[in-house]
Amino acid sequence: MTDSGDQVNKPMHPAAASSQPFQVADIRPTERLFEDSEGRDRLEKAVSRYPEKRAALLPMLGYAQERNGWVSDESMEEIADALDLTPAYVRSVATFYTMYHKHPVGRHLIQVCTCISCHLLEAEEVFERFLAETGTRAGEISADGKYTVIEAECLGACGFATAVQVNDRYFENVTPDQVPAILDELD
Amino acid sequence: MGYPYSHDLETSTLLSRHFGDEKARTLAGWRELGGYATLPEALEMEPDRITEVVKNSGLRGRGGAGFPTGVKWSFMPQEPDGPHYLCCNADESEPGAFKDREILRWVPHLLIEGCLIAARAIRAQHVYIYVRGEFFPFSGILRDAVVEAYEGGYVGENILGSGWSCDVTVHLGAGAYIAGEETGLMSSLMGGRAEPWIKPPFPAQSGAFGRPTTVNNVETLAAVPMILQEGADWYRQWGTEKSPGTKLWCCSGHLVRPGTYELPLGIALKNVVYDVCGGAPNGKKIKAVIPGGSSTAMLTADELDCESTYEGMIEAGTALGTASPIVMNEDTNIVRAMRRIAQFYAHESCGQCVQCREGTSWTAEILHRIEGGEGTPEDIDTLYHLCEQMTGRTICPLADSVVFPLRSSLDKFRDEYEALIRS
Repeated sequence: MTDSGDQVNKPMHPAAASSQPFQVADIRPTERLFEDSEGRDRLEKAVSRYPEKRAALLPMLGYAQERNGWVSDESMEEIADALDLTPAYVRSVATFYTMYHKHPVGRHLIQVCTCISCHLLEAEEVFERFLAETGTRAGEISADGKYTVIEAECLGACGFATAVQVNDRYFENVTPDQVPAILDELD
Repeated sequence: MGYPYSHDLETSTLLSRHFGDEKARTLAGWRELGGYATLPEALEMEPDRITEVVKNSGLRGRGGAGFPTGVKWSFMPQEPDGPHYLCCNADESEPGAFKDREILRWVPHLLIEGCLIAARAIRAQHVYIYVRGEFFPFSGILRDAVVEAYEGGYVGENILGSGWSCDVTVHLGAGAYIAGEETGLMSSLMGGRAEPWIKPPFPAQSGAFGRPTTVNNVETLAAVPMILQEGADWYRQWGTEKSPGTKLWCCSGHLVRPGTYELPLGIALKNVVYDVCGGAPNGKKIKAVIPGGSSTAMLTADELDCESTYEGMIEAGTALGTASPIVMNEDTNIVRAMRRIAQFYAHESCGQCVQCREGTSWTAEILHRIEGGEGTPEDIDTLYHLCEQMTGRTICPLADSVVFPLRSSLDKFRDEYEALIRS
């Protein structure tokens, strides 16, 4: 649903550099950000879209997470250096936003919306079921590294409660009974 | 309307006409459906003439505040001394609201065309569409549409040979409700924490990157091409004098048919809840409705016979907001539901203002205590006191957003609070 397919082999259009999905299963945890042409290209394209370099900060934090699965101290330093910011400033921004992880998470990040509309329709039960089926406590990584389950504040799918987001995908109208099938689909 | 349910009420499908039709997502498909027909005309119009038409149509901001769109545009300098910006607010995060995502994923080119026409009206050279981070599937569809529009000559340099140039960039947020507040959005766009700032300066004077900026909601901008194409009077055939046009309704909670529906403004709220959405499932009665998204005052089941316009909902003691009724059936524990709402705002407070940072957390904590049977009779007074302290004393209205549902729940369902405190 996300990509139309025919875009894949073309070089990325600069207009698309600030809107790539940054919660994905296919990560390269140990790679640095801007040591290869891929990273430098993304940086250059993102920076080209704004009158000030600093505005590329969120896109680059996203890129760090897209590539490494989380935003490490090293990434923040690399980004600070690339955008002429201090590491302290980059950290102050990264920690403001809940979607940037300051620690590694499971390959599949499962976010169960338990905000008001989902709360009215079994969201807590869906959340508990995900924890039980993955054998984890909220926020921890399962022993096999596959899953992290957390509660999310409103995912913007209130009419399709309970809403669950797994990485860059939405699952809607989820009931507790459907949880095992969703986990199977992820493997 | 097609997605995901249909209903029998007379509807006017303007924005939602092509919801559910995947063809509308591609440039070729969209053109076949008559898309990008208005842009060439807009390119020949004087910017202020575009603003005039939108002003006459009476279109009001669909992000919740309902400010007249044409008037907002007219605040922008008419003789630019540097760049102007348009920010499209697609940070849809208000609990209960899920309308903009339908526009992003079904008719992305309608939004792009609306953005371009608005950019022309306010003399902007760059449009930033700020989409909440979680919306990956939807921002992906929009991003592909923007790239296609560049390739088709609809966006970028010398658009359709007119000599006018405008860029469009899709920019992702990263999980911060407050980025949906216009100054918070611009703080975030500029690479900062999404902290709102005190107005003045207003965005039209000094907004994104210190330049004159207009921030408009997705649904507002998507309505612009057809208003320009068909005229202000045509748009006024729906709705009322003060609230013209149609509105996307997002209906959630205990309903037989929850979902997004496009309905003319002015329809009675009870018709939306009972006729369009079928009331509560399993023959249950409805206890309360939060009509405009979680930041609006609750109505009891007896109060639903109100006119769904910006002015009508204020008269009913609440607000139209984003037209996102959250429906609660007779079994709902109001204190628990209110605690869940307060917890959201406590989580999302940016922390700049004490009244909000402390007030939202205390509210959530006290409600949690009452819910668990450990409340004291003084807690109700403390909650009322917090309502007072959180109203109108902060940089942005986030704290007020808790007060509206909280105070109304205390006023209308005090017995439920007292029953839990006594237990």
